[in-house]
Amino acid sequence: MFRCGKVDFAGVIKRVNLSYVPDARVGDFVLVHVGFAISTVDEVEATRVFEYLRRMDELAELEEGETP
Amino acid sequence: MKFIDEYRDPEAAAGYARALRRITTRPWTLMEVCGGQTHAIVKFGVDELLPPEVTLVHGPGCPVCVTPLELIEKAIEVASTPGVIFCSFGDMLRVPGRTHDLLSVKARGGDVRIVYSPLDAVTIARTHPNSEVVFFAVGFETTAPANAMAVYQAARAGVTNFSMLVSHVLVPPAMETILSSPESRVQGFLAAGHVCTVMGYTEYEPLAAKYHVPIVVTGFEPLDILQGVYMCVKQLEEGRAEVENQYARAVRRDGNLPAQQLVREVFRIVPRKWRGIGEIPQSGLALAEPYKAFDAELRFGIADHTVDEPTECRSGQVMQGLMKPHECPAFGSRCTPEHPLGATMVSSEGACAAYYRYRRLERSPESAKAVAHGN
Repeated sequence: MFRCGKVDFAGVIKRVNLSYVPDARVGDFVLVHVGFAISTVDEVEATRVFEYLRRMDELAELEEGETP
Repeated sequence: MKFIDEYRDPEAAAGYARALRRITTRPWTLMEVCGGQTHAIVKFGVDELLPPEVTLVHGPGCPVCVTPLELIEKAIEVASTPGVIFCSFGDMLRVPGRTHDLLSVKARGGDVRIVYSPLDAVTIARTHPNSEVVFFAVGFETTAPANAMAVYQAARAGVTNFSMLVSHVLVPPAMETILSSPESRVQGFLAAGHVCTVMGYTEYEPLAAKYHVPIVVTGFEPLDILQGVYMCVKQLEEGRAEVENQYARAVRRDGNLPAQQLVREVFRIVPRKWRGIGEIPQSGLALAEPYKAFDAELRFGIADHTVDEPTECRSGQVMQGLMKPHECPAFGSRCTPEHPLGATMVSSEGACAAYYRYRRLERSPESAKAVAHGN
């Protein structure tokens, strides 16, 4: 309940309470709110926004027969 | 910065805008719940990228904005009490009470301190044993775990000169109130991503089913919002009403279980009054019985105070998606960030503040003249 760690915000290092992310390890990215990490960032899921877009563009190319 | 910059890429944004235009065949009105999303939309001009058929209305997801007037008055009363160190998040300080705000209490000599984390307030209590330290615990489910931890730690360490003035609110009951209103135009929701980081999104499934509205858990960067809108409009075009997760890099279906556990331990669900909307049943949190000693309303004997709201502020209508900020007659003239009539013009998550800061075009002619003459 009292696990703390250093989190790097683009160069600014802050002390953050890590009690709510028991699986977080050094090097992980976390979402921080009012001094608490509330989630780790899933790197695989993070790329899906771009995969989704690429798939939609490919679909559009097939449907329209031209590059958007 | 990684996981932020990529989601602001203009080409990808244009790609989503094109995709949205391809699938939109009819007018749709969507509501984004969270004030942080409102700000991103207005700041980055996301709404200007949408096809004209898609309208975004802004929801009540600004905890500062929905804090009832009487709680501001109670905060002012406590902060003005000798021997009290009153700690708060920054944007609560300029929320207007009936005649004053917390900042004016500070200006008159009250010990009012801005803190970044509720744990800072507990530390202040530890280092100032002769003062009564009160923390203004405002927020949605995102902040509840932090506030729960502050009380839990204070209880464990026997920090008896610490208490909390609690104004916690919950999102799903507010969404249900909006949906059940006969004037509601909302056909789909972008749910608040960080609230769902903590709570997960299982609570939205019965809402989507009961009101037949798609609900897409959405993040806060421009690409997140565009993808969220796309997913929501796609559901509407296909006649579906499901809960989907756009913000999967931070949100899991069950949410953060240790956080939920501590919130359940320290708080209980109560009815709460939402400024501008009224009382919503089971929509707030108060300290649970074992932690009542840390309740500032009990400690300072102010639990029964009530206050009447001045009528000119229309933030209630703005927060329910019934009016846009610039449609309010007082916007930019009698109500500005320098002299706000209501909380939505003050808060960093308030819709009116967002419109004022990023879209100054709709200022009324009188105030434009005043600026031109150097007032």
